[in-house]
Amino acid sequence: MPVIVGVSVVVFSIVHLLPGDPVLAILSGANATPEQERELRAQLRLDDPLPVQYARFVARAAVGDFGRSIFTRRPVIQEIAEQLPSTLELAATAIVIASVVGLALGLLAAVWHDTWIDRAAMLVALGGVSMPSFWLGLLLIFVFSLQLGWLPATGQGGVNRLLLPAATIGLNYSAVIARLVRSSLLEVLGNGYISTARAKGLSEWGVTLKHALGNALIPVTTIIGVQLGNLLAGTIIVETVFSRRGMGRLAVTAVLDKDYPLIQGVVLVSALGYVLTNLLVDLSYSALDPRIRHREGAKA
Amino acid sequence: MLRRVLRRRKSALAGAVVLAVIALAALLAPALVPYDPIKIAPGAALSPPSLTHPFGTDQYGRDILSRAMTGARLSLATGLGAVAVALTAGVVVGLGCGVIGGWTDLLVMRVIDIMMAFPGILMALVVVAVLGQGTLNVMLAVGVSLIPTFVRLVRGDVLSVRENAYVEAARALGSRPTRVALRHVLPNVVAPIIVISTVAVAWSIILGASLSFLGLGPRPPIPEWGIDLSGGRNYLLRAWWISSAPGFCIMLTVVAVNLVGDALRDELDPRLRSLANL
Repeated sequence: MPVIVGVSVVVFSIVHLLPGDPVLAILSGANATPEQERELRAQLRLDDPLPVQYARFVARAAVGDFGRSIFTRRPVIQEIAEQLPSTLELAATAIVIASVVGLALGLLAAVWHDTWIDRAAMLVALGGVSMPSFWLGLLLIFVFSLQLGWLPATGQGGVNRLLLPAATIGLNYSAVIARLVRSSLLEVLGNGYISTARAKGLSEWGVTLKHALGNALIPVTTIIGVQLGNLLAGTIIVETVFSRRGMGRLAVTAVLDKDYPLIQGVVLVSALGYVLTNLLVDLSYSALDPRIRHREGAKA
Repeated sequence: MLRRVLRRRKSALAGAVVLAVIALAALLAPALVPYDPIKIAPGAALSPPSLTHPFGTDQYGRDILSRAMTGARLSLATGLGAVAVALTAGVVVGLGCGVIGGWTDLLVMRVIDIMMAFPGILMALVVVAVLGQGTLNVMLAVGVSLIPTFVRLVRGDVLSVRENAYVEAARALGSRPTRVALRHVLPNVVAPIIVISTVAVAWSIILGASLSFLGLGPRPPIPEWGIDLSGGRNYLLRAWWISSAPGFCIMLTVVAVNLVGDALRDELDPRLRSLANL
């Protein structure tokens, strides 16, 4: 909760430190008189003292009213509501791709530890970590849209148009997950109960899947959770590359246009989403790891 | 120490060699570039890679090799500059908080918590919005977005080092807090700082180029990898080489940094392994 209040103060104050004056920006080229300028300033209520503006900002934000975009004159919350589903859809698909690919790569690397399969998988992961998403996105467009013609390069709507951008983000993040699955599995595989399972005569895959994977996945869940927040941020670039609608595009446009209320709304909603995700991840630990649950129970 | 790491790990050595080549190319770019990276030459527009233009030319006829080499200067500077910002802030604040403790620590950590509520790129975007576009501001923005990570890392390590007997001994001998912090605590938290800084350079190069790609960094015609990659976007089919060169450069640099960073991490601080996802 204090974090959320802090975030609102930061969002409010940062936006008011902006060097550009939106009133002048709107009037630019219109050859406005000082009179018109004052009138517009009063109309947008940008002439009140800052604390008053902040109080008004918080009171309204609490009920989802972030004011109107200075440029489109439409309510900010409406702009966000229009863009949010597209970004959530993208992020959800991306996290699925990231988890599946990351888990597969990590499993392969851990089971065939220190063989060429391990090295190949980790090389792919290194490439994924090191590939900027806008470059990966362009490569995917080049191969799958322009050369093979399998999927459309840009735009909105349908699984067809979702796949490439989601894969771009997903492959980027799968690299992180793969490395962690591998190191976490290798650590768990060193435990005594694994030797017991092996001694029972279980196959290596049986041991890994039945006995090791569950425990190895605890730190992995953390990372997937943390990545979920970053992933939302990652959409900023990918939406631009693929000309998709969404929060990311909205954020970039707002910053480029110096659209105060729009920046405030987008940043606040994104930060809230990030904080909430992290909270959910924290809660999911105790569900996944009985040790944490018991420790907390003992404390209470 | 670095030499030992490089000798033992071939991949780290490869990374270091690649980095050295890129750094040299960047440093000597003004003397080495075969063409003026900014001057437009319509007659040579969109030429594919050839002997005269090894990486081809862009839609304005500018030599892509020359632009990529000159662009390396900005990208490397952004990476190093941003980390310098975060490193300075991280060490000063983290060390201060860890040693002083009490209310100061509590207050600063709340501020850091608030900063953590903004995922990296969003934070950088907000800082660019405040400071305005431009090379230096991108560097600052990326640096600021890294500050929370550095502060938390340094503070956490300081807190555990502080409990050691030798720190207590120094205090008992009457050393002033500044001396204790700089002479007894700091040297013992250097290893994780080095490791995280390497990863952070890689991350900063990507983030810096991303901001330029979005049009928030230096403006064209300045040669910069993010800008050039974005500039070639509409020519993918006709001239794939325009975007490929800067894209490949970013990837190569970041892979090289990560290879060195991975080796350093295994050597210096194996427990940081899970921090790979900055």
